[in-house]
Amino acid sequence: MRRIVLPRIGTVAAWRAEARRLASAGVPAEAVLWQVGDGARDLFEEGGGEDAGAGTAVRLSRTALASIETALCHRDPERFARAYALVLGLSRGELVWGDRADPAMNRVLAQEKAVRRDIHKMHAFVRFREIGDRDALRRTFAAWFEPEHLITEAAAPFFARRFGDMDWIIATPDLTARFTNRAVAFSVTDGATRPPPDASEELWRTYFAHIFNPARLMVSAMTSEMPRKYWKNLPEAELIPEMIRSAPARARTMQEAAATMPDTRAARLAARRVGPAGTSEGDMTLPGLKARLDACRRCPIGACATQAAAGEGPENARLMIVGEQPGDEEDLAGRPFLGPAGRVFDDCARAAGLDRSEAYITNAVKHFKFAPRGKKRLHQRPSPAEVEQCRWWLDLERALVRPRAILALGSTAALALTGDGRDLSHRRGQIERDRNGTPMILSWHPAFLLRAPEKSTRDAVREELIAHMRLAMNLAGAT
Amino acid sequence: MAKRTLQQKLAILADAAKYDASCASSGGTRRDSRDGKGLGSSGGSGICHAYAPDGRCISLLKILMTNFCIYDCVYCVNRASSRVERARFTVEEVVHLTIEFYRRNYIEGLFLSSGIIRSPDDTMADMVRIARTLREQENFRGYIHLKTIPDAAPELIEEAGKWADRLSINVELPTETALKALAPEKSLQSIRRAMADVRARREVARETSHTGKRPGRFAPAGQSTQMIVGADPAPDGLILANAAQLYASYRLGRVYYSAFSPIPDASAALPLIRPPLLREHRLYQADWLMRFYGFDAAEIAPPSGMLDLEVDPKLAWALAHRESFPVDVNRADRELLLRVPGFGTRTVQRVIAARQHRTVRYDDLIRFGCALKLAQPFISLPGWSPRALPDDANLRARFAPQAEQLRLL
Repeated sequence: MRRIVLPRIGTVAAWRAEARRLASAGVPAEAVLWQVGDGARDLFEEGGGEDAGAGTAVRLSRTALASIETALCHRDPERFARAYALVLGLSRGELVWGDRADPAMNRVLAQEKAVRRDIHKMHAFVRFREIGDRDALRRTFAAWFEPEHLITEAAAPFFARRFGDMDWIIATPDLTARFTNRAVAFSVTDGATRPPPDASEELWRTYFAHIFNPARLMVSAMTSEMPRKYWKNLPEAELIPEMIRSAPARARTMQEAAATMPDTRAARLAARRVGPAGTSEGDMTLPGLKARLDACRRCPIGACATQAAAGEGPENARLMIVGEQPGDEEDLAGRPFLGPAGRVFDDCARAAGLDRSEAYITNAVKHFKFAPRGKKRLHQRPSPAEVEQCRWWLDLERALVRPRAILALGSTAALALTGDGRDLSHRRGQIERDRNGTPMILSWHPAFLLRAPEKSTRDAVREELIAHMRLAMNLAGAT
Repeated sequence: MAKRTLQQKLAILADAAKYDASCASSGGTRRDSRDGKGLGSSGGSGICHAYAPDGRCISLLKILMTNFCIYDCVYCVNRASSRVERARFTVEEVVHLTIEFYRRNYIEGLFLSSGIIRSPDDTMADMVRIARTLREQENFRGYIHLKTIPDAAPELIEEAGKWADRLSINVELPTETALKALAPEKSLQSIRRAMADVRARREVARETSHTGKRPGRFAPAGQSTQMIVGADPAPDGLILANAAQLYASYRLGRVYYSAFSPIPDASAALPLIRPPLLREHRLYQADWLMRFYGFDAAEIAPPSGMLDLEVDPKLAWALAHRESFPVDVNRADRELLLRVPGFGTRTVQRVIAARQHRTVRYDDLIRFGCALKLAQPFISLPGWSPRALPDDANLRARFAPQAEQLRLL
């Protein structure tokens, strides 16, 4: 039987080195007795090597090693032996990492979880008190904390990352971590030392008492996350019993209190107050269009969208271009033809020699209709009834702009302008007249270019769209 | 009025802030202060440093800059017509509290909100000044969450996003009608436009230009919002549909649901109720189903419907769709496994990983983290078959709360 005594500081690292050495020397798990020293003496070994068999090279995945090392911070005295046996089994391929059917594996994983939780709670519940000069270049803080497991070394790096510009000491019943000039050092704790409360602690207790809502008392929700065992070192915890006791009465008082009359200040404010900006009712001009469209609830689409994408372009534009409806990007920005289809449109317009800023560009439907899918919005075609409702706005735009010609992109635009959105394959590129008799050309919607799978189709559609744009420009200029 | 001490102000302005449910401090860019030139770290999963007896975690210093407010939202403790005590922090006071609390490991950072004073721009400018001072003067690297004020100038929002990890704007109420009635100065359109603006700026900030240069940071931990539940008659179905829309439209990190809770000096226009805490809990569960389990809002509750208070929404769905069960754990696809009550996302992940090289047996499920009691009637696999359980007319009674059963006895 060998007796391995591990040091109290750096226990886990020492165990790892020893386990590797013993494994390669072929020492079976049952032949090792693991202990942790008293701190005065470092790592040592007693006992003979008569039990050695064939050596095992330790081969572990990174996750397995990390989990085992975390589990070794547990207080269970059997942990070193169990972990060594596990390492041998894993290295020889007798065990698969994570297979909870193996009792030892299950135990290690459970202990890992318990230690992780304890570390997390230590990160959360350590409370520093200032012990040095407030005006020093590096201020000094200290804390006393009682973790359930032996986690001081494992928990310290978090505090080093977080509190880099101050010196601190965290003392626990086992080890003390000292952070001085950005370096952490550990020592065996010599007696409990609770630093005295400082001035900010009273402010913290005030905050704790006042952020609590007595009308929502839920004690078990608190204790499941902040178990009582941690309370003794939390300065705010001594307030809890009284907060719980008085909560029902406080909630009752709020409910029973009669509503009071507002004071004079409130009356003064009420007189000054105005409603949300921009209810420009009755404004029939083009600049006033956007605000009125934003507020439009003629159909249900408007209530779900961010805002309307009103038409844009000069009031005396000769050419009006009508698309289907705004998409995701148009909805965010409140302008037509901006998203992927808008970029296709711009590209084709450039090729056709069409200056976007000279035409009046709008959509048949002014709000974005979509179905939510996770973090995406799926475009949905507006129904004929919605197109009909929104035609009121399109008619208004047509009446204000009075274009000489219209380019209608896609079947929804065709439907809105002529009352018929069918049979586009035969109508495309023909000169038609809209309901008011304005000459118009029907063409592809640029979004079709994005959806067409074949490059040859896309090229053909693009050429047609460009040709139709030229045709519409001529029509607008010539008539 | 006598000058208030910092402690008195803190009491008033924490009281004023407690009705906002948001507490997250996770995500965003990774930062630390190992270089010794600053204070704080962030970017991992957040830490809850304390819990109040209301069961809510305390992760951030959640305060109002001021509870003076020119708006008169009926549900709000800080509305203009309320007679609560008023106070206002100076920029230096908020910075001092944040830094001193942070150094003592009380908090992860600051969650700053404010009543509207003078004008939206003035208020937002002061809040931005606090965030800037923390970052530039104190080299604070912890978490900052700013409540943005709709209608504030775009430059201020831009700067807020530069200093803060998260921005949020509360939609407050589930419907436009309720907002008009209860928060007459707020407009749903400007709230949504502000969210759209934050989303658009975040997307620009994450794009790398062709020169490989990235534009400045903007709210790396995203945006969130809060809806008050129970102050207006909106049913759960509508609330969830609204949340689904907000997630899709503005890529929100979270929607918080806050049960309408009694406040001191309530308005006569809105009688107080006991806060509907269970309903709030069910909404959070439903929200989870939408975000991680592939449920549509309408599947969980029809637009005019309410969630079942007795059983959780996933179980309620399973009880209403018994024809889909029992699910063959070794064959069903991921989408279906996620619908099994008692199966979490981790369980499903483990089941799928395990069945690639062997058959999953009933005994494995406990180790996969499955809640067997819930799952039993809805699954079949070697070692377990539910027999007639899914057809059992009394299946629901097995899961209804104990109290209910006792009353029946």
